[in-house]
Amino acid sequence: MKLQTSSRLAIFALIELAADPDRQVSVSEIGQKYNVSSHHLAKVMHTLGRAGLVRSIRGVGGGYSFSGNAKRTTLFDVIMLFEDADSSEYTPEGSQDATLAEWALGQVLFEINDIAKATLESITISTMLKQMGRRQSTLAASGMKDASESAVQ
Amino acid sequence: MDKQTETTSQSHQINVRRVRQGDLDHVADLDERVTKIAKTEYWNDIFERYAKRRVKERFFLVAEATDDSSEQPLLGYIVGEVRTWEFGSEPCGWVFAFSVEPGTRLQGIGEKLFGAISQKFRQTGINTMRTMVPRQNQLHMAFFRSEGMVAGPYIQLEKDLNE
Ligand SMILES: CC(C)(COP(=O)(O)OP(=O)(O)OC[C@H]1O[C@@H](n2cnc3c(N)ncnc32)[C@H](O)[C@@H]1OP(=O)(O)O)[C@@H](O)C(=O)NCCC(=O)NCCS
Repeated sequence: MKLQTSSRLAIFALIELAADPDRQVSVSEIGQKYNVSSHHLAKVMHTLGRAGLVRSIRGVGGGYSFSGNAKRTTLFDVIMLFEDADSSEYTPEGSQDATLAEWALGQVLFEINDIAKATLESITISTMLKQMGRRQSTLAASGMKDASESAVQ
Repeated sequence: MDKQTETTSQSHQINVRRVRQGDLDHVADLDERVTKIAKTEYWNDIFERYAKRRVKERFFLVAEATDDSSEQPLLGYIVGEVRTWEFGSEPCGWVFAFSVEPGTRLQGIGEKLFGAISQKFRQTGINTMRTMVPRQNQLHMAFFRSEGMVAGPYIQLEKDLNE
């Protein structure tokens, strides 16, 4: 499965901000970290702001802070702000006038979409942070990589 | 995400231990209230098999409140066992039943039960733990994901035998 750039950026930005809800992060700071233009990121942040997931703080040292509920915001919620990832395109029954071959292929695509959707719906921003924390501990314990390189603050 | 749980703001001191005969009615009652299906015989059978036999690799654990702040003596349970060479798999732990009292959810009791059974499994020398959840059940999926579970290398397949 491939996510659109805006969805990926939105997830990275939310993880960055939700890791420390008291912190204010500027668009350029996030842009530099993920190597994307501030222009593209600003649009993404605007959409996240309208959805109530981030709050913009104006003035010197301003930027964005997290204003959502990390335990209740799933990856699916975020992705749906940017793309039409709904699996309703394929239904278990298929469309009425579909040929048998179209029906059979529709079944396969429905199955794949449905699993992807269920997965994205079950992973919250908080779960992503926990997952990153576990990875950081494993890396630190094995000494494989400087654990501070990881995104968890 | 749907909020499928009720909560109280009060949190409890929790002890997780192996089930005893006297807990069985509470377990069956909690399960009936959560699933809306009474299964007294099933729970008697599970007790016989998981609390009395091969207990070194079978774990039927319950969470109880150690303070008297709770009206319910038993706040949750989890049941699992080590299964070997099923579908050619190396020995691994399977969790197949779990529940937390609806009024005391979102207070970390599920996590304590999960942690306790993980530890029991690890003590038997195995490294993997599995479960199966309805993929449409966001609560079950979110809970296990949050505890670090990810999709495993097996996929469940089924066939409608009337087709
Ligand atoms: C799933 C269940 C065991 C969770 O128990 P719990 O004590 O509420 O869980 P915890 O408080 O330990 O929560 C652990 C993590 O699970 C996730 N979680 C739990 N409930 C959640 C919910 N309603 N929505 C989203 N995530 C949830 C959270 O990520 C939570 O971690 P966090 O609080 O750090 O964010 C409980 O809701 C339950 O018993 N559900 C019914 C189970 C059932 O149907 N059993 C019968 C068939 S087997």
